[in-house]
Amino acid sequence: MFKKFLPSTDVSGQTPLKSSVQRSIRAAVLSQWKIEPETLESIWPKKESLVHVKCKEHISIYTIHGEPLFFQHFDEPLYPTLRLLHKYPYILPMVKVDRGAIRFLLAGAHMMCPGFTSAGGYLPPANAALPAGTPVAIHAEGKEHAVGIGITKLGTEEMRKVNKGVGVEIATHLGDDLWALQKL
Amino acid sequence: MPHNKQPEPPSAGPQPQPQAPADAPPEPKPPVQVLYCEVCTFPPEYCEFGSSLTRCKEWLQEEHPDLFDKYYSDEALQAKVGTLSLEAQTKLEKDSMKKEAKAEAKADAAMKKKMSSHVTIKRIERNKRKYITAIHGLEAFDIDLKKAAKQFATKFATGSSVTKNAQGLDEIVVQGDVSDEVLEMIEGGVGVLKGVPEKNISVVEEKKKKGGE
Ligand SMILES: [Zn+2]
Repeated sequence: MFKKFLPSTDVSGQTPLKSSVQRSIRAAVLSQWKIEPETLESIWPKKESLVHVKCKEHISIYTIHGEPLFFQHFDEPLYPTLRLLHKYPYILPMVKVDRGAIRFLLAGAHMMCPGFTSAGGYLPPANAALPAGTPVAIHAEGKEHAVGIGITKLGTEEMRKVNKGVGVEIATHLGDDLWALQKL
Repeated sequence: MPHNKQPEPPSAGPQPQPQAPADAPPEPKPPVQVLYCEVCTFPPEYCEFGSSLTRCKEWLQEEHPDLFDKYYSDEALQAKVGTLSLEAQTKLEKDSMKKEAKAEAKADAAMKKKMSSHVTIKRIERNKRKYITAIHGLEAFDIDLKKAAKQFATKFATGSSVTKNAQGLDEIVVQGDVSDEVLEMIEGGVGVLKGVPEKNISVVEEKKKKGGE
């Protein structure tokens, strides 16, 4: 999503959100992520107004005091920014790619199933399987912090079975243009 | 001894857990403090995938020697290879070196370009004894033209704006003859006007060609 993103040309406007809209975003975050209301409150206090940064290709970034916190394509699931995920790593379910896949991920490639099913990768066990369309934290073999955030294109059990093609589409990763954007 | 200094209740059972009273509001979870590399902005464990590994390592060794050992000791380097095949690891290291060389060449070229760029301060006679000052080329030194124009406007209490010149290039036009002062400001690196070497600045004059006096 942010392989090429320039605030000067790709942002069309910034507007503070109406409180009713903010309430529905808060509810969506609480239902989509594994985050406690009080922790979300410490990240985004109710008295602080969330600003909607409208971007090209129906991408929305939400900021507080200029700091990007969440983003979204159309009305698809909300993603935390990678910096926010680094602070609260447990809010999204985790998958892991093997070491060989890291450099492709950092170049913006979507992640193929074998990267998760090989010895260095990780998918949750069958009793915690994730359906297709789940936002996930993408970790990497031998690394402590997440390298990116994506959305599953197949269920995790299906990834194991099929074991080819794209398993997770990348929404943002270390070093992309959203990563570079610390203030908007 | 990083131990809790708080006195514990004498009759606490095994493994006393400090429990908040049931009616207290739940506390937010504190964020994980992640260290980011000051050179490439990645968490240091990912510096090896960036294009500045040599400088990243220098920084880490200087600022966080313990982490440097954690990531770059012989054992760490061996453990890191993980499930990757030897060829793949060798390729990765080669790529990393190539990337670094490329980034350096690019930075070099950018620096050269910058050093060969020129800033011209032009005094233009617009009417008899009416002048404007046009400043061109500041953007090559990563100076924000709008901010610079604002700074001139404040400093000289006069009109100052960013406009396109006849060649379609952006320049700052300040009302009045302020060329000497502008030169001084740029040379002195005042406000946003930083990073232009003196020898890259020149002052020129554009006289209005007039038929009769
Ligand atoms: Zn680094």
